Amino acid sequence: MPLSAAPSLIDLRSASFGYGDRSVVSGVDLTIRPGEVVALLGPNGSGKSTLVKGLLGLTEHQGGQVLLLGTPREHFREHTRIGYVPQRHSLSTSVRATVTEIVAVGRLPHRPWWRPASREDREIVAASIRAVGLADRAGEEVASLSGGQQRRVLIARALAGQPELLVMDEPTAGVDRASQVALAETLRGLAARGTSMLVVTHELAALRDVVTRIVCMDSGHVDFDGPTAAYAAHVAAHAPGSTYDHTDRPRPPAPVGGPFDRPEARS
Amino acid sequence: MTEMLELTFMRQALVAALLAGVAAPLVGTFLVQRRMSLIGDGMGHVALAGVAVGILTGQAPVLTALVAAVFAGVAIELIRASGRTSGDVALAVMFYGGIALGVVLIARSTASSPANLTAYLFGAILTTNAGDLVVLAALTVVVLAVTLLLRPRFFAVANDEEYARAAGMPVMAYNLVLAVLTAVTVVVSMRVVGLLLISALMIIPNATAQVLARSFGSSVRWAVLLGVLSSVGGVLVSYWAETPSGGTIVLMAIALFLAVTGLAGLAARARRAAHRRAERHDHEHGPRCGHEAVEHDDHVDYLHDGHRHAAHEGHYDEHGRHEEVVQR
Repeated sequence: MPLSAAPSLIDLRSASFGYGDRSVVSGVDLTIRPGEVVALLGPNGSGKSTLVKGLLGLTEHQGGQVLLLGTPREHFREHTRIGYVPQRHSLSTSVRATVTEIVAVGRLPHRPWWRPASREDREIVAASIRAVGLADRAGEEVASLSGGQQRRVLIARALAGQPELLVMDEPTAGVDRASQVALAETLRGLAARGTSMLVVTHELAALRDVVTRIVCMDSGHVDFDGPTAAYAAHVAAHAPGSTYDHTDRPRPPAPVGGPFDRPEARS
Repeated sequence: MTEMLELTFMRQALVAALLAGVAAPLVGTFLVQRRMSLIGDGMGHVALAGVAVGILTGQAPVLTALVAAVFAGVAIELIRASGRTSGDVALAVMFYGGIALGVVLIARSTASSPANLTAYLFGAILTTNAGDLVVLAALTVVVLAVTLLLRPRFFAVANDEEYARAAGMPVMAYNLVLAVLTAVTVVVSMRVVGLLLISALMIIPNATAQVLARSFGSSVRWAVLLGVLSSVGGVLVSYWAETPSGGTIVLMAIALFLAVTGLAGLAARARRAAHRRAERHDHEHGPRCGHEAVEHDDHVDYLHDGHRHAAHEGHYDEHGRHEEVVQR
């Protein structure tokens, strides 16, 4: 296989992640190259969030190799090159904060702690807010926005860091219709500009035309990795009635008969 | 007024009140943001043990209290970061151990009286001397400088710790610095407000500021203004009314809070009555939405089926039928 010219953004070799002595994700091989928009699908509890948090250093790296932009995770210091959009149902703030104030946080890792925001910083913040379609509401307080608008504020915050890869955890979950459309529009715009993305989701429908590749996880392992078209075939093959489909032999009910069971319950 | 200002102790008390009124709400903002409003109270408890050690050993109580409060602040942060469920109990042991030790040690010392203890617990304008004042002023300058410099970082960490970590910020270091600043503030406010009431001056002006402000930046400025109003106003009232300064300051802060909340409620009702929301809106306007954008005073309206829609909070406001607005 010829080496690709651009180094991969993410390169996992039999990587495992978890919490403490509990391993949630194991044996994952995954490579993401510049320009790809990868949807990470899978049922609840399949380890999607643990995997992306593992990439960001938020869950423990327990084994295998993890390369971020060519650097092993342990030595990776250029955190701004990977932008993180965490899963939040709302940006519940105990104090007031405007959209601009939250998005400006994305610029902080770019300058030393003693330096105030420059004009360039402020321009990038404004541009990031425009990119998610919230320019009209830049001065609004985030708590007054709808769930989907708040989700876009978080995307803008990640964009303000000017990352090479955006990692998003469930950006469309529990979002109203107008915001779903606006969110998909936002992601489409980013993809058109060549932003690479790794999007954890379980609603592919909203993002189908943006995604270039699908990775599907189940119980801590990757069980599908391929282009969108092949995924449809994969799903069809695993649908009820297919050759993959089978019913486990129903287990007989556990025998009853403890000292407190009524005799007629035994059958 | 001039007669009052001729008294050295009153001048000193007013300066001390000003320092506390600036520092306490400034640091308190981040405690409110992190939902740790009562942590200053715990540090105050531990600081009392420091005061007692100072009185017993003949050291300046301000300095020994500072050591005790900083120790408590760092311990709180480390216990919190360990994430153990027993952390809560450990904090309780530390806080009540601190105040109990303080009370016992002060009672044992020959140099103090019960009145002295009350002065430390609830604040007394007579207790500040010139030497203390220099230390307090220096500490306040440190708190101000560090908080203003690190404000964006404290905001980021308190707002979303997980994101801050993913972005590579030294979250633990910022939290420890904030803990030390809180401890310093406890000591700065100790003389005027009292160790048992310090938390109130950190938190209540911020609660009031939340009602008045629309952004984080303005809420910090409001909180400091309200803090200074309460502390300086409280000291003045306590002079005329011959009441303990700490309690007077806190009651002043609460009165401001109640007045502002009441007025804001009325204002909000008036605003709701005056503003119309656009009908259910399944669409987000923007540069590419296809609806024409028209300038309207300081904002942009979008023409939607002949109606003007303007972004407001999470929804769109109805700004009237286009032709009618144009004719006006």
